[in-house]
Amino acid sequence: MEKKTIYTFSALPYRQKIPVYGYSFGSNEKTLAVVGSTRGDEYQQVFVCGLLVKTLQKLEDKGAFKPNKGVLVIPSASQFSMNVGKRFWPMDNTDINRMFPGYNLGETTQRLASGIFEAVRGYENGIQLASFYLPGEFIPHVRYMNTGFQREDDGLAFGLPYLLVRQPLPIDTTTLNYNWQVFDTNAFSLYARATDTINVDAARSAVAAILRFMRHKGILRQDLELPAGHTTVRVAAEELQRIITESAGFVHLLCQAGAFVEKGDILARIFDPCTAECLEEVKAGCTGQIFFVRRGQAIAQHELIFSIKPMDQVVRV
Amino acid sequence: MIEDVVRLKLPAGEDFAVQKNSIIGEAGEGKRLCIITGTHGDELEGQYVAFQLARLLEKKKTRLRGQVDIYPSLNPMGISTIYRGLPGFDLDMNRIFPGSEKGSMYEYAAHRIVESISGADLAIDIHASNIFLRELPQIRINEKTANQLVPMSKAMNMDLVWVHSAATVLESTLAWSLNSTGTPCLVVEMGVGMRLTIEYGDKLVAGILATMVNMGMLLEKAPSVGQPIVSTDGHVGFVNANQSGIFMPVVPHGCRIHQGQTLGVIADSLTGKVREELKSPTTGLLFTLREYPVVLEGSLIARVLEV
Repeated sequence: MEKKTIYTFSALPYRQKIPVYGYSFGSNEKTLAVVGSTRGDEYQQVFVCGLLVKTLQKLEDKGAFKPNKGVLVIPSASQFSMNVGKRFWPMDNTDINRMFPGYNLGETTQRLASGIFEAVRGYENGIQLASFYLPGEFIPHVRYMNTGFQREDDGLAFGLPYLLVRQPLPIDTTTLNYNWQVFDTNAFSLYARATDTINVDAARSAVAAILRFMRHKGILRQDLELPAGHTTVRVAAEELQRIITESAGFVHLLCQAGAFVEKGDILARIFDPCTAECLEEVKAGCTGQIFFVRRGQAIAQHELIFSIKPMDQVVRV
Repeated sequence: MIEDVVRLKLPAGEDFAVQKNSIIGEAGEGKRLCIITGTHGDELEGQYVAFQLARLLEKKKTRLRGQVDIYPSLNPMGISTIYRGLPGFDLDMNRIFPGSEKGSMYEYAAHRIVESISGADLAIDIHASNIFLRELPQIRINEKTANQLVPMSKAMNMDLVWVHSAATVLESTLAWSLNSTGTPCLVVEMGVGMRLTIEYGDKLVAGILATMVNMGMLLEKAPSVGQPIVSTDGHVGFVNANQSGIFMPVVPHGCRIHQGQTLGVIADSLTGKVREELKSPTTGLLFTLREYPVVLEGSLIARVLEV
């Protein structure tokens, strides 16, 4: 393992220099780059990368890497935000993951994005530990955008329950994942369930998924025994049933991401905060598995609260 | 007439509502003009313009043909909390258009806003830079819509019309959503965030009234207006900080400046030294100047229009 400084951001005299570190393994070939947090609340994303660095170091020591295969892991580019408890860049609230491919003569976060992108551009494969724009939990999955550049079958190699495919929106064109694809990197976003909380089990599963992908891509020895994965199901974003609230108030969630539900099951109750009167029983509109659960004590009207992967049949006790 | 564009319940005993004031002319049927502002909660220059237009047009109703819809606050939660974005929601409101009927609250609101404005003969979307930069009154036009919009912008009494290059990410803006579906929309940028610049506001009000006269909506003599400089990206020079520190300008905003002339310095208040001296990349009009003194490496300091 070699520790490199990818980019150093200097906010002197107000903040001390902030380095963005990369950890490289194997050879100098650009086979796989993994990027953790680009936002200050992505604790889980940094944790997954930390666990990955630790695991790859052990694998490297064991000689598990195949020759001429190289991996770079950048656990965090968001210390400037994380150290003050902000999701976005604290000065101007810009989002590093809306600044790619970056511009080395541009604004602060464009320069930072450029520094990161220069380090990860040209890799054959890219994995971003991503988070969603709404607070909540997902069932662990890999997703990619249908840009026309993607090699989607590789997404099955992670062995996570789902491989979600979605059409890019204009705003996605400045994300790391999109730009990776444009520059011919086989790019995936991996959702490791949580964002601003550390879920150790989910992090372990995410690292195991990345290792399975590495074995599939010939970066690790084929005979390496790893925790077994799932048979991955492809799902298009538009297939998910979105459940939108009809009322506003405090929320009592009755299920978590990953739960199997039948049509008509009560998934949550929304209460009037002042009288505790139940204003709405949020029900499953179809049978299937809860894919996303919105988190929070309170919710407004017309908010996404759940999404469900429809299924013909689920098995419950 | 005050109407709701969208109204939804918030968790704790309050409604989220985007409202518009529809002023219906008494001089007969005619075109529809929409005045929109308050997308970013820290941009307040448009509040003055909305106030003055609502007040003036109410008095001019007998000479008003058609309808003017004023939307003073697309992001009421942001304005009320001194927050640029959408409180509780990660995205910039001007990056979620055209919204979605099945989306979350703000995406749904964006959908209803576009639905409400669509079909107008002209929409004017007023912005005020941000808290960091002060801007001369200007209209920004995507090069893809320049042929149609540049002529419409000439009577708006702005100092500058900047025709900028197309970027896919800008397709999420309100202006793009409207322009791409046949509703012409001009984007105004002027002043600075969290402040009112009355002089600029009065200038824009006169420009909007002159534009209304040109559109046949206002049956009176148009106020006299100045003609803008029309420019493209290739003629705009950018100055970014290469050091962090305190920016201290040495030239006033809006002045004419020579190539190589010092714009200001970045000072280090710990050591008492100047960390960087910033110079103009070209000879021209200093139409953007840093207002907020604390700068980080990369912060935009100035834009100079080559003239």
